[in-house]
Amino acid sequence: MDVTADEPRPWLGRSLPRVEDAALLIGRGRYIDDLGVPPGTLHAAILRSPHGHAEIVSIDPTRARALPGVTAVLVGSDVQAHSASLLVGVKAPIECWPIATDRVRYVGEPVAVVAARDRYVAEDALDLIEVAYRPLPAVIDPRAALAPDAPVLHPGLEGNLASDRVFRYGDPERAFADAAHRVAIEVDYPRSACTPIETYGVVAEYDPGLDAYDVLANFQGPFSIHAVIARALKVPGNRLRLRTPPDSGGSFGVKQGVFPYIVLIALAARATGRPVKWIEDRLEHLAASTCATNRFTRLEAAVAADGRITALTWDQIEDCGAHLRAPEPATLYRMHGNMTGAYDIRNVSIRNRVVLTNKMPTGLNRGFGGPQVYFPLERLMQRIAHELGLDPLDVIRRNLVPRGAFPYRTASGALLDSGDYAAAMESALLQGGVAELIARRDAARRDGRLYGIGYAAVVEPSVSNMGYITTVLTAAERRKAGPKNGAQSTATIALDPVGSVTVHVASVPQGQGHRTVLAQVVADVLGLKPAEVRVVTDVDTAKDGWSIASGNYSSRFAPAVTGAAHLAAMRLRERLAHIAAAQLNVPAVDVVFDGGRVQARRNRDNALSFARVAAASHWAPGTLPSEADTAIRETVFWTPPELTAPNDADEINSSLCHGFIFDICAVEIDRVTAEVRIDRYVSMHDCGRMLHPGMVAGQVNGGFAHALGAALLEEHAYGPDGSLLTGTLADYLIPTAMEVPEPLILHHETPSPLTPLGAKGVGEGNCMSTPVCIANAVADALGVADVSLPLLPARLAQQVHGPEKAPRGKTPVRPAAKEAASERQLFGEGEASVDAPATTIWAMLLDPNALMAVVPGAHAIEKVSDTCFTAEITLGIGPVKGRYRATMELSDLDPPRALTLTGSADGALGFGRGTGQVTLREEAPGRTVIGYRYQAAIGGKVASIGGRLLDGAARVIIGQFFASLARQAGGGGRPAGLWAWLRRLLGFA
Amino acid sequence: MPRLSADCRHMVSFTLNGAPVSGEAEPRMLLSDFLRYVVGATGTHVGCEHGLCGACTVEIDGQPGRACLTLAVQVRGAQIRTVEGLAPAPDRLSVLQECFREHHGLQCGFCTPGILVTLDALLRDNPAASEPEIREALAGHLCRCTGYVSIMRAALAAQQRLGKKTDA
Ligand code: FES
Ligand code: FES
Repeated sequence: MDVTADEPRPWLGRSLPRVEDAALLIGRGRYIDDLGVPPGTLHAAILRSPHGHAEIVSIDPTRARALPGVTAVLVGSDVQAHSASLLVGVKAPIECWPIATDRVRYVGEPVAVVAARDRYVAEDALDLIEVAYRPLPAVIDPRAALAPDAPVLHPGLEGNLASDRVFRYGDPERAFADAAHRVAIEVDYPRSACTPIETYGVVAEYDPGLDAYDVLANFQGPFSIHAVIARALKVPGNRLRLRTPPDSGGSFGVKQGVFPYIVLIALAARATGRPVKWIEDRLEHLAASTCATNRFTRLEAAVAADGRITALTWDQIEDCGAHLRAPEPATLYRMHGNMTGAYDIRNVSIRNRVVLTNKMPTGLNRGFGGPQVYFPLERLMQRIAHELGLDPLDVIRRNLVPRGAFPYRTASGALLDSGDYAAAMESALLQGGVAELIARRDAARRDGRLYGIGYAAVVEPSVSNMGYITTVLTAAERRKAGPKNGAQSTATIALDPVGSVTVHVASVPQGQGHRTVLAQVVADVLGLKPAEVRVVTDVDTAKDGWSIASGNYSSRFAPAVTGAAHLAAMRLRERLAHIAAAQLNVPAVDVVFDGGRVQARRNRDNALSFARVAAASHWAPGTLPSEADTAIRETVFWTPPELTAPNDADEINSSLCHGFIFDICAVEIDRVTAEVRIDRYVSMHDCGRMLHPGMVAGQVNGGFAHALGAALLEEHAYGPDGSLLTGTLADYLIPTAMEVPEPLILHHETPSPLTPLGAKGVGEGNCMSTPVCIANAVADALGVADVSLPLLPARLAQQVHGPEKAPRGKTPVRPAAKEAASERQLFGEGEASVDAPATTIWAMLLDPNALMAVVPGAHAIEKVSDTCFTAEITLGIGPVKGRYRATMELSDLDPPRALTLTGSADGALGFGRGTGQVTLREEAPGRTVIGYRYQAAIGGKVASIGGRLLDGAARVIIGQFFASLARQAGGGGRPAGLWAWLRRLLGFA
Repeated sequence: MPRLSADCRHMVSFTLNGAPVSGEAEPRMLLSDFLRYVVGATGTHVGCEHGLCGACTVEIDGQPGRACLTLAVQVRGAQIRTVEGLAPAPDRLSVLQECFREHHGLQCGFCTPGILVTLDALLRDNPAASEPEIREALAGHLCRCTGYVSIMRAALAAQQRLGKKTDA
């Protein structure tokens, strides 16, 4: 429905400078934390679980509430008193609260909310909340979560399986029976997230008179979530006013996940009777915002001798983390119409299971569902070529949806709107210089270097069908729930009394330049300059046009939102043409809008200024011709008819548009360090008509960098006990300018026949194509069948060098761990020489006061028994300083020669316990050698804060302990000896 | 540095973009918070508060530094320059800012203030910086939107244009 193919378009398609930039470049952006708040606004901080899985035995906020400056502390029961569980998208007996109620299920899960005078005081108060946990066994892996004896997260559910659906299209059994070959692949796709540099932010107010909430949040949509929030807050939608700030510091899907915090902060505002503001910090973000799902997939293909695929069998186990948060399990179903990728495969069977594990709940993330599907699919294409002895390019060629088949209906129901995949691919091979790369690979291999080439062909869906998620329900369940489909986009254009033009859309951009592009779209229609069109993109649900589909996700801006704006401008122009026609004395069809003037087509001098015509409805409505309605404001809602609900055969057109991408990647892997160097990356895109080539390039480069991070560096990693191992940006590694090469970007335009301007989405495709394309190149370089992300040198080293040999030289003996190796284990040993007799030191070790005096950071000692005492300890490790409650116990006493010291510490920042064997040996009269050997385990936030810092920090702290023991006992050991000993402790020796 | 009492507020005065500013701060208050919430200069952004993203970078006595790793009381009497101080006039962009605009060196703009401060100082102190040197300076900043391609382009363009300016 390219409605204006023949219209002049002086502005669209040009890479104009962005209207957004002037303010952003001089520090005058208006992000959520830059906007003023009402006087009396309180600031919130959130206490979070240090455990992956634990029962909450008790919470005592008394001391926190008593801290001056603290207005309120909310715990789970306070939240439950005034809200309802967040809606869960599957039929299962599970609840989803934005705060822990009876147990915690992932590290970082909110446990209490403090509202205080400022953030500093609020964080002080967090330290004073006493929570007793009873740790439970955790489950991290989606397959392990399905085991009959796996720890169960939600007792309402029998196990951890929240949904299990089977789909069948065509006749896959027969195709497999007839196939010459079967090729299969198994993939564990890891978790990662696009981590915007601006974190979440919420400012909430509550009006008790109206029982209404007013919330400002850097939420990104979809606004279907508005209904989820209102329901959780137990108010009708019209009592939840949700506004977004004018600027947002990136989202990539992630800021959809702010909504549970909207509920929490809104309830804090209600509890305190004051506005409450919360800005998430980065540690909170990495632990408890949201991320993409990890997924186990087994994919098998029935393949003919020539490489033609006749059927696919998918078995997907989706890991949504600790809670099934709206709109999950959408990640699993967003691609449902596209499970055959860019290929013409008519027989498909799919089993989709959704499981819950002790990890952060998942949500929207750039590429949403695409990376998890394309990784197995495109790895499989390479495996088919390898196993059948074919050229991987030929396998791709033979299976691509053929030219001329568009619009093409896939086996599972998607309508591929337009494209010429073969032509785009051949052009990429030519322009990308594949022949040269192959020659380079041959030469490198002759030199014994590791060089490989990978490919990926991908269909990039955009403009999600709001009904696709209901594919998770059975046809009968869907009938009961009522149909869900479509995707309403909306735009409003208003004319003011001086005839200037303002456009409003509910598209909530986070850096995608929506204002610039919309000004171009509307300027073209009304014959104005883009600078004359003002565009407003912040949303106020109380006043603006919006629908559940509003927001910035599924790459819907270019295909859908610009279309709605275009249609609104066309309608307004038609009315203005009628107004002008009367004054110009020509028929309305002969009125032309050009250069800020409204003219008669055949006599351009017969003209009025645009402003005069545009202002007429304000000043002189009585003089308007009767056939013209008032032209002041025009709102258009547009939904594509192709987005129908899933049918009884479970076929679903999950997205409106389908772009095409063909990527080529050449890598060299360092034989020594196993580092992956990208020699060349080529990315061919068919994203339909390009509205602003500069921004298209920006989207492709940005998506490529995200994908590169996901492929090479990033993972939300968890220990087996559920501890988060990537809690800072020093552990969760985001690529910098040093790691990101510049890809060669190519285009092949086939406009979409289904969108008003012929555009398709473009921002997500590389997140789907690039991880697997790099992996294919690495697999080719190493000649291996199995590669898993992220392709860290440490992981690849095993494939380059074989398994690691035991290191030579003296290393601490690792005692067999008594507990199942769950938390992070630390080991160490050392010696200190002290100028004091063994009996003196022995007496000190047995005197709690003397002993605690040498424990770094200890205070508030209490003696429980002769050999047991407790204390509070304040310790800083890296950026994390915290208070811990410690218990120490002495046992195996062998005076004055040996004893065992067992200690544990618990605090908001984590927990640890350890055992140390201490021996005393008099090497000369009055001089004793203290020997120690310890093993310790650490979990919780401390473990996720720079695991790499921990070993060193523990050595330093334990070293400090013995150094001050030596000082107290005998005025210190010999300085040189001590220095050497400290150096040894610090690992320098 | 004088001893400060942890539970009192202390007067902090310094020069911000050429003009004197002052306000009260507890010793533990970060410079980033002081700039944003006490002075109201919200151009400096906070992305991590642990020194890794670079969004909070400001110039302290001529050297780019992390405002999130600096206490407000540490910069008493210092010359601070932030993104708000880079443009020659309120309605004119600096050469570097202009090049960012032309080359689409920003999308959401959240990382941009820190990057501009770093590059501004680099191009001033080392006008002939090589491409790898510029890239390395940029590596102290995380940008999630651009993939850095357009930022590098903008930086190189600004370097060229600034070079021409001094040649002329
Ligand atoms: S906020 Fe200072 S470096 Fe990230
Ligand atoms: S422009 Fe968004 S993070 Fe750099």
